[in-house]
Amino acid sequence: METRNIMIVGVGGQGTLLASKLLGYLLCGEGFDVKVSEVHGMSQRGGSVVTYVRWGDCVASPIIDEGEADFVVSFEKLEAARWAPRLREGGLIIVNDRETDPMPVITGAAEYPHGVLDSLRERGVRVDAVDALTLACQAGSAKAVNLVLLGRLSRSFPDIPVEKWMDAIGACVKPRFVDMNKAAFTLGRESGGAEL
Amino acid sequence: MKQLMLGNEAVARGLYEAGCRLVSGYPGTPSTEITETVANYPEVYCEWAPNEKVALEAAFGASLAGARAACTMKHVGLNVAADPLFTLSYTGVNGGLVICVADDPGMHSSQNEQDSRHYAIAAKVPMLEPADAAESRDFAMRAFALSEQFDTPVILRMCTRISHSQSLVETGAREETPLRPYVKNPQKYIMAPANAIRRHPVVEARTRALTAFAETCDLNRLEMPGERAKLGIICSGTCYQYVREVFGNSQSQENSVGILKLGLVNPLPETLIRDFAARVDRLVVIEELDPVIETHVRAMGLAVEGKNLFPLEGEFSQNTVRKAFGLPLPPSVAAEPSIPVRPPVMCAGCPHRGMFYVLSRHKVTVIGDIGCYTLGMAQPLQAVDSVLCMGASVSGIHGFNKVGGKETEGKTVAVIGDSTFMHSGMTGLVNISYNASNSTVIILDNSITGMTGHQQNPSTGYNIHGDPATKVDLEVFCHAIGIQRVRVVDPYDLAACEQVLSEELAFEGPSVIISRRPCVLLKYVKPKMPVVIDRESCRGCKKCMKLGCPAIHMEGGRAAVDDTLCVGCGVCSQLCAFGAIREPSGGEQ
Repeated sequence: METRNIMIVGVGGQGTLLASKLLGYLLCGEGFDVKVSEVHGMSQRGGSVVTYVRWGDCVASPIIDEGEADFVVSFEKLEAARWAPRLREGGLIIVNDRETDPMPVITGAAEYPHGVLDSLRERGVRVDAVDALTLACQAGSAKAVNLVLLGRLSRSFPDIPVEKWMDAIGACVKPRFVDMNKAAFTLGRESGGAEL
Repeated sequence: MKQLMLGNEAVARGLYEAGCRLVSGYPGTPSTEITETVANYPEVYCEWAPNEKVALEAAFGASLAGARAACTMKHVGLNVAADPLFTLSYTGVNGGLVICVADDPGMHSSQNEQDSRHYAIAAKVPMLEPADAAESRDFAMRAFALSEQFDTPVILRMCTRISHSQSLVETGAREETPLRPYVKNPQKYIMAPANAIRRHPVVEARTRALTAFAETCDLNRLEMPGERAKLGIICSGTCYQYVREVFGNSQSQENSVGILKLGLVNPLPETLIRDFAARVDRLVVIEELDPVIETHVRAMGLAVEGKNLFPLEGEFSQNTVRKAFGLPLPPSVAAEPSIPVRPPVMCAGCPHRGMFYVLSRHKVTVIGDIGCYTLGMAQPLQAVDSVLCMGASVSGIHGFNKVGGKETEGKTVAVIGDSTFMHSGMTGLVNISYNASNSTVIILDNSITGMTGHQQNPSTGYNIHGDPATKVDLEVFCHAIGIQRVRVVDPYDLAACEQVLSEELAFEGPSVIISRRPCVLLKYVKPKMPVVIDRESCRGCKKCMKLGCPAIHMEGGRAAVDDTLCVGCGVCSQLCAFGAIREPSGGEQ
């Protein structure tokens, strides 16, 4: 199988690393060659963070370049727009429909471009925007945005049964948070939204 | 069974399986997880050292005693450890000695983009460079064997994309290696001139032997589509993966690509390279950072390309390779023109923020240092004037004030974190005391090594395992080296910071201010309830915005607090002239 690609993007501290860990576990379990590339250190401190997940028969490069991502899973709208050029033709952006102001916006040096998702749609990009924060809070924690988004992503993987995803959650999440995270995943997977 | 591992975790696994007995390191992105992972193997003694020189010298001692030993550091750490490195090349080893160093092309988290391969050449030691996590494990193990076979320290060169990428690794069991007997051998281990003069030819002979080894060893690998190829690429490490990504499926007769994949990047196999060059129509070296291999190949008299096609700066990718060879790029949507950058910032409740706010109000020159507090440079505080390297704040302010005299004394401070102070600020402070500097040094003591993700250090009172350890008492240390004035202040208390700073800047002579409060991200630091903003009292003056706290923003002309970020530090409430920001009654969240 040709190499496929998911980018997970967000703001440092949002839980992107758990999402990539979970995907890595899941895809390894499916018997694929997998590479997951992360950025640690300074970039984590509230900055823009990006993780690459690649899988297939034999994965070479650890990173996903412009025009290569099958999916961009974004924890924040501005970051979805920032990384949209990495999407391949026909790829899908799954985005938490929330705005987190970067420091230049907080200080007034820049303005938050509020219409970024519409602008992407106008240019033919497939965008699935979901209020992941509200769903995460319904599941029991604002920190479960990552699992809501993974639940959303899982709809694009008809070959992987939901039990496999649940097993991966069980394996990657601390035991006392497993039920809450499974609930968040299910809400993301089953909540309404545009047919894609 | 194969499992996903970070390159760094795989290095740790390789060290462990090879029977390594001691690992000493100093945290530095992207190398940190090597040591952190080794710490989980009880068979290996593992520690955070105060700096990389100490770490390498500890590994030297363990090697001298007959054990397999390793040290870990980021690329700039090797500058600090360069002193022992160059002479260790002469002494050689007893037990195998491996120096793990991680470069950071693209400077994700570094102050420069130096290429560690220069050190291997300059110190005349072999260097291995893995291209994925599986090789990271294998090469860590091979490095010990090479070290003992050729009586030399071996550098294992990682880079961000190998260190911080997970790929599949097949692990094995640990092989205990018995201690080699220590035999007193002054001619080998005492590098006084008379002995060193005899050792230098040994080093040169070793390089010749290693070069011969490089010609046939399986660390270097030829991948040819047939007898000949149109294009021949020499590469190593992560560049090999980008080459495979681009050319892996394009082996037609008209467009065939041969690859010479180097695992041993110093010394280089000249005969192997010549044979490869003879079998390809066009020879190109693809290497991030400096043209190290390319320069060598050109000096051999071969026609070679490299930096005429590829940049000297930054990280490569598969598209870098496609562009260099004029290959089509995958189609993509254009970037939005006006996307604001999202730089890293000091966290909400960061104890450094209060002190930097006071410094920015005083308009003092701030000689900065390496750590989270480097972020004091960012808008809106913009409080920092210079950041050079570990420890340079304390040494630098001394020189600044010695020539500045009354122009700069009393208007300049150095800021340095607790871990960086332990690393190399202490010696600078001795200089300030000894050479009577009229300088004020602020130690930002957040009781942890913050930027690299919370590692203990000698001033925290805990070791790498989190067990209680001897705690260097900063006040006692400063007094002991002759600093008479040592003040301790809570950076959440702006008025106290103002007063202490004013007094110490006014004082003629060396002084130290310890700005002490633990990092707000530490597990034992319990956040308080978020502050409450009374929108009636708020006049929208934006004074609180001058802190650059990510938890405060303006909403409809009034300040608003993000309850998911605010930890109730209360620094903003001290700024509000209208009493609009209040600490709620109620204790910990």
